[in-house]
Amino acid sequence: MAVIDLANPTRFLKLVERVLPWLALATAVTLAIGLQQSLAAPDDYQQGATVKIMFIHVPNAWLAMFVWGVMSLSALGTLVWRHPLADVSAQAAAPLGAAFTFLALVTGSLWGRPMWGTYWEWDARMTSVLVLFVMYLGLIALWRAVEDPARAARAAAILTLVGAINLPIIKFSVDWWNTLHQPASVLRAGGPALDNAFLIPLLTMGVAFSLLFVTLHLAAMRNEILRRRIRSLRMMQAAQGAA
Amino acid sequence: MSALAALLRRDIRVALRVGGGALIGMLFFLTVVVLMPFALGPDLALLRRLGPAILWLGAMLASLLTLDRLFLADSEDGSLDLLVMSRTPLELTCATKAVAHWLTAGVPLIVITPALGLLLNLDLLATAAVALTLIAGTPALTFTGMIGAALAVTLHRGGLLLAVIVVPLSIPVLIFGVAASTAAITGPLSFGTPFSILCALSLASFVIGPFAAAACLRQRMD
Repeated sequence: MAVIDLANPTRFLKLVERVLPWLALATAVTLAIGLQQSLAAPDDYQQGATVKIMFIHVPNAWLAMFVWGVMSLSALGTLVWRHPLADVSAQAAAPLGAAFTFLALVTGSLWGRPMWGTYWEWDARMTSVLVLFVMYLGLIALWRAVEDPARAARAAAILTLVGAINLPIIKFSVDWWNTLHQPASVLRAGGPALDNAFLIPLLTMGVAFSLLFVTLHLAAMRNEILRRRIRSLRMMQAAQGAA
Repeated sequence: MSALAALLRRDIRVALRVGGGALIGMLFFLTVVVLMPFALGPDLALLRRLGPAILWLGAMLASLLTLDRLFLADSEDGSLDLLVMSRTPLELTCATKAVAHWLTAGVPLIVITPALGLLLNLDLLATAAVALTLIAGTPALTFTGMIGAALAVTLHRGGLLLAVIVVPLSIPVLIFGVAASTAAITGPLSFGTPFSILCALSLASFVIGPFAAAACLRQRMD
């Protein structure tokens, strides 16, 4: 089915209804396997059991960046092709991205406490993720500042694309900033490549979290379409009442 | 071209006249810098060390404060609609407005930097370094901030939303502005590298800012 066919929200909703249970099932199964593998993974010889935080933390961090990519594609869809579902997709993805970023920050800080002895360090990588989180929140604030979602859509799309250009610059400049003030003491630079015992659970969890995102994203898009329908019904009702 | 020159002259004139508020940013800059010793204590050595950072923060906040003037008045009196519909490319119009805004809101900040540097116990070299980085960096603040100003005027929402959106985008400018200033004062890094990156950021914002702002303003007409 071509993307253009999905421009019809009803057709899209029908597809979502069909796909969503299977996606949810796949997510649950992969997540169960991934969790089992994570728990079965051996303890690290230096970090002990806390290394298992990695299996939650790293997929969250991956998705934190991946979701902005999804939103940028949706923004292109809004601005270039005027795809009617593109802004629904962007709007539904933003809170998910913020949640993944937040979880990456929280799990990272919980991991940092036993390992580095501090919940927060102004380390380059953490700082750039924090900026990413702030940008997600700004984007959500933009969506919420305007009552009419169609009007907010293109403004948010422009901001998303500007953010997509700026995020690598911010990442780069924060790296520079950090190396200027303190040497890379926190993240062990050039650490040994992951052993398969860690890599396989990590990749499984990565797949599980990606599936989780797709599931939640489709569900959120469905909810958003329905919410917009209710909104226009209410407005029609109000207009009739006024007439 | 003559249309753009006329627009530039008009924007500068409007900003300098009563109610234009070209100097209010300067006043705000002064206030922020005066506040700092009250918060940090009147330790001259400390102020000297933090001086470039204080000046850069003050300049950034002051330019943020004046940003909504960029499109708001024109939107209220309807001249923005005429600018959008005119035959001049909107990207160039936006760039011209940003240049005019920088001349009336950015340049005053640079002009009083030496006086404020004196208050913060900065020596001549340090003040010159901060002023030079501000000359190179404030255009980037204006041109990236313009995107936020265009969004704000499109959505009829300004104030805090504008600040929340613009500030993360200007983090790189702040980093390299302060980095270049401190490099010039204390070393050990060379001044040239962060300064070149700062210039590069400004040049990149010249390209991105007008296009994004014009895209925002166009959809305002829908």
